[in-house]
Amino acid sequence: MRFYEYEAKALFQKHGLPLGQSKLIDNSSGAPNQARAAFKSLDCGPVVLKSQVLSGGRMKAGAVQFADTADEAGEAAKAILPIEVNGQKCRSILVEEKTPIEQEYFVAITWDGRAKRPVCVFSDMGGIDIEEVAEKNPEHVSKTHFSSILPLTPRIAKEAVGATGVSGSDLNKLAPIVFKLMQIFLKYDLTLAEINPLAKLKDGRFLVLDGHIDMEAEARGNHKALLDELGIGDEETRQGRPPTEFELAGARVNAADHRGVAGNVVEFDGNLGLVIGAGGGSLTLFDAIRDHGGEPANYCEIGGNPSMSKAKELTKLILSKPGVEKIAVMMNVVSNTRVDIVARGVIKGCLEAGKDPAETIAIFRIPGAWEEEGFKILEKYGVDYCDRTVSMYDAAGRAVAKMQS
Amino acid sequence: MSILLTKKTRFIIQGITGREAINLTRENLDYGAKIVGGVTPGRAGRDVYGVPVYDCVRDAVAANGGMIEGSIVSVPPKFTQDAMIEALENGIKLIVVVTENVPRKQVAEAVELAELRGARIIGPNCLGIISPGECKMGGVGGPAANTRQAYTKGNIGVMSRSGGMTTEIASTLTAAGLGQSTCVSIGGDAIVGTTYAELMPFFEADPKTHAIAIYSEPGGRMEAELAEWVLENDSRLPIVAFMAGRFMDEMKGMRFGHAGTIVEGKEDTTAEKIKRMEAAGISVAERIEEIPDLIRTRLARRKR
Repeated sequence: MRFYEYEAKALFQKHGLPLGQSKLIDNSSGAPNQARAAFKSLDCGPVVLKSQVLSGGRMKAGAVQFADTADEAGEAAKAILPIEVNGQKCRSILVEEKTPIEQEYFVAITWDGRAKRPVCVFSDMGGIDIEEVAEKNPEHVSKTHFSSILPLTPRIAKEAVGATGVSGSDLNKLAPIVFKLMQIFLKYDLTLAEINPLAKLKDGRFLVLDGHIDMEAEARGNHKALLDELGIGDEETRQGRPPTEFELAGARVNAADHRGVAGNVVEFDGNLGLVIGAGGGSLTLFDAIRDHGGEPANYCEIGGNPSMSKAKELTKLILSKPGVEKIAVMMNVVSNTRVDIVARGVIKGCLEAGKDPAETIAIFRIPGAWEEEGFKILEKYGVDYCDRTVSMYDAAGRAVAKMQS
Repeated sequence: MSILLTKKTRFIIQGITGREAINLTRENLDYGAKIVGGVTPGRAGRDVYGVPVYDCVRDAVAANGGMIEGSIVSVPPKFTQDAMIEALENGIKLIVVVTENVPRKQVAEAVELAELRGARIIGPNCLGIISPGECKMGGVGGPAANTRQAYTKGNIGVMSRSGGMTTEIASTLTAAGLGQSTCVSIGGDAIVGTTYAELMPFFEADPKTHAIAIYSEPGGRMEAELAEWVLENDSRLPIVAFMAGRFMDEMKGMRFGHAGTIVEGKEDTTAEKIKRMEAAGISVAERIEEIPDLIRTRLARRKR
């Protein structure tokens, strides 16, 4: 779950990391006036105005602008407001003092799934794409793993910074900042804590200029106080893009009872509704549908033996999407999900949506536990089904062929 | 032979009186597992299908004279880390964690402790291990009758980030006349106790394993690690991989399927993973049904 820059900075400030003066203004039509007022009240000379979006690439999109006067700040705010960055709308604008920079550093803490430990990535070539630096100037990037169970002490931060050749007073000023970031990372169940750039100013001070924080979605419940403080509500999923109405309705279907999963709906713009599962099976089937030239209306996952009513409601939701006349109901060979329960659920979903299951279900391919019972029900309603002798790929092909006939 | 698990492996189930764990107990017993105890605090003295329940792992271990090799952890997410640590601190060396939605810091902490204790964690968010015809530990394959239909004894090792796809692959291999030595559902989280590369030395040392099939997804560095392992160790085992989620390559920042399945950087994409695996000599199947033929081709080439 990604934080906006201003939220990341509020967290940094709480933990004593050095930040420039700033003011947050909203995304209303009053923003230009607010920007002028912010310029005056900051009273720090030139400022930078940054659109608050959950995406990189702000500078390139023109959503970061500089201003030397209050009027310029107003104009900049006006220009930034309508700009979408990678599909993300401007949530607010951060007006921040613009400081003369001597050098930029990069520091990020994340999890390394191979080492199964947190890793600190530090570079004395900040401000630019770190993957590029790692490729071209590997000696300027250090990767330092640390334990998640042994006491975290400052030496590890010193080693991370020193590994890139930084020494002298710069080392002694940078290491405590890096150490604090490590502490914040562990304390709040973060999956990424990044400062880029971390700037050394002409006057010798160090400042956090931009930050990126991701919190583990599963750990949100453990950090309610912080999220309340930052004003992040439960309804904000903070995925790669904001959820659509259809996706929110999918989440409600899944939340209706605790038995199994029938949700994780993602909206696409095709016409073939998908009732698919489970985690890996859905990925496999979605690829297969597209490979056959089909156009999915949605992605979703069923699994873990969902209740009949959940399968039914998910079916109804997908059929309610404009343009969706047919659904494909497919899973990998199931172990703990009952085929007959899903069969009943989707058939009932079709009927309650006022549709004929035989016409609507393009294919039913869920082999496994209780399949005989399931197949009997499907036969009764004239639904086209297949067992495990038909591969997931071929079942997807049969569904797509029906869309084209 | 098999890896990690034989019919002699004695294990317990933590959280045994939960709805899912009761099913697990039935299914595993029916498949020949030696479940010697279960743990649910406050339920000591009861039994689940004849398996005695204890209040804590310590009591289960004591009642069995210390002879417990494994544990299945099937408790809600907020109790999972505690359960893993309880098993580790009572000397259990093989822990299968089926629970989903455990924050990765809690997993990483337990895994680091497991390293210190010389123990192994499989999962979280997995369906466990099966050595067909021998034993299974976890929900993999479901009820015993369904398990026997999908899994047969043989010479192919299977590793999968998806529990369901473990069975789909085994079922496809079985239909093609290729049995399996051991199949491991390693879990779908960003941090799991045991990765593909960490299982390879076990398969490598098992004379009954002749080839490996894996199921893979976007996200993480596990495939790159496997590719490096294969190159560095000159593995005798041909590997065939299936890569799902190709559509995700262009959908940065969106999570699909499992918690660990997200494209954040270039290395997370299927295109990059396929490139790395192929460079290490791993065959990548476009479809599940191609796996048996690819394995046969690779095995035939090896014999010549």
